[in-house]
Amino acid sequence: MQTVEQIKAAIEKAVPGAAVEVAPNPGPAAQHSLRIGPEHAVAVATFLRDDAELALDFLSNVTGVDWPDKEITEKVKVTRPVTKTVEGVEQTVEETVEETHKRVEPGYLESVYHLYSMAKKHGPVVIRMRTGNRTDRTELPSLTPVWRSGEFQEREVFDLYGIVFKGHPDLRRILMWDGFKDYPMRKDYVEPDDFEYEPTAHDEVLARAQEHRNREKGDEGTREPAAGGGGR
Amino acid sequence: MAVEEKLKIELGKQGVIVTSLQELYNWGRRNSVWPMQFGLACCAIEMIATTMARYDMARFGAEIFRPSPRQADMMIISGTVTKKMAPQVVRLYNQMAEPKYVIAMGACAISGGPFKQGYNVLKGIDRYIPVDVHIPGCPPRPEALLQALMTLQKKIDGQSLTGPDRPRYLDKEAQGEFPVPAQGEHDLEPPSNQGVWPVPITIK
Repeated sequence: MQTVEQIKAAIEKAVPGAAVEVAPNPGPAAQHSLRIGPEHAVAVATFLRDDAELALDFLSNVTGVDWPDKEITEKVKVTRPVTKTVEGVEQTVEETVEETHKRVEPGYLESVYHLYSMAKKHGPVVIRMRTGNRTDRTELPSLTPVWRSGEFQEREVFDLYGIVFKGHPDLRRILMWDGFKDYPMRKDYVEPDDFEYEPTAHDEVLARAQEHRNREKGDEGTREPAAGGGGR
Repeated sequence: MAVEEKLKIELGKQGVIVTSLQELYNWGRRNSVWPMQFGLACCAIEMIATTMARYDMARFGAEIFRPSPRQADMMIISGTVTKKMAPQVVRLYNQMAEPKYVIAMGACAISGGPFKQGYNVLKGIDRYIPVDVHIPGCPPRPEALLQALMTLQKKIDGQSLTGPDRPRYLDKEAQGEFPVPAQGEHDLEPPSNQGVWPVPITIK
């Protein structure tokens, strides 16, 4: 099978203007993937499926990844003129100061597709796409028109991560109910608090149950602690 | 009882059967508990095995699985109850005719089991409907289900037709229908039916 670099070159030749970059996997698996721009994604996918040499006719797996906002702290040396009074005379001196900068790198959602070839018996080729951010620009093109097997899997990614697949024939929640508002697989998902009773709570569960009881006590003022139940 | 136990046996030997209406009634009911035909997860496979020839649930009069809640006496909650499924389970229970019984089969049905800390699994069906017999296990073996059925039969046998401890279906004041939880924006609403499931108190 071709290497990812060769596939990247083939895509760039076949689909002019397509943004493709190699996302290396430094682990022992060395399963490098291709990150493609959402604008030309359908054209790229069609090429991967129809190309005689690649013939990636089987979409095995679609998953989502949540990359939350990242706060990056970096130290930068800055040289700037500072006005100082030295021996009664005002002077402008160049001074180098180390400053700490904090910036927030916006997060994004990512969809990952694992492609195989039934005809050529090779694979997987992994392609990824990123959304603009995690809140309002969560749209990605659907690859269901190219590989029919993506239909339910893209619905699942939509359900659990909230990636909106444009061009999907029937984009509804698949595991959770229709009125559900959250995306449970996102890192910042807050689970419903039903820790009122945990008969053998320990570790994290004990902490959550304790938290629940404290909240309940705060809500109702004088409430017997035993009524909260749970814990040891 | 008007007739002594010893005398009853003696009369039985002579071919005279003496009984009370309550005894006869409970005898008939406990030996014809028809389960409802539905399974939720892997425990259902064990439930199916229990009905087949090797374990033969028919010996206890519970072999006829009815496909309609109207014809069923017992509901075997066999498996994980997800929050998406829970309202339907409660609705089916409401549609069953009294007297009705519930066996919660397996770790998931009684407490949520291995999925307890998940966001989408109910932490035990007893939060919404009254459960008569809980069976632990993941999944419980068919013998455990038979044991549960025998426990239920014992329970039915002990029910009196009159008096303050008579079963729910003979009590006009008692609640026969249970509120179906709504699927809210974040969780089921309400998260539990406090009338059925008051928060248990741990005795230390």
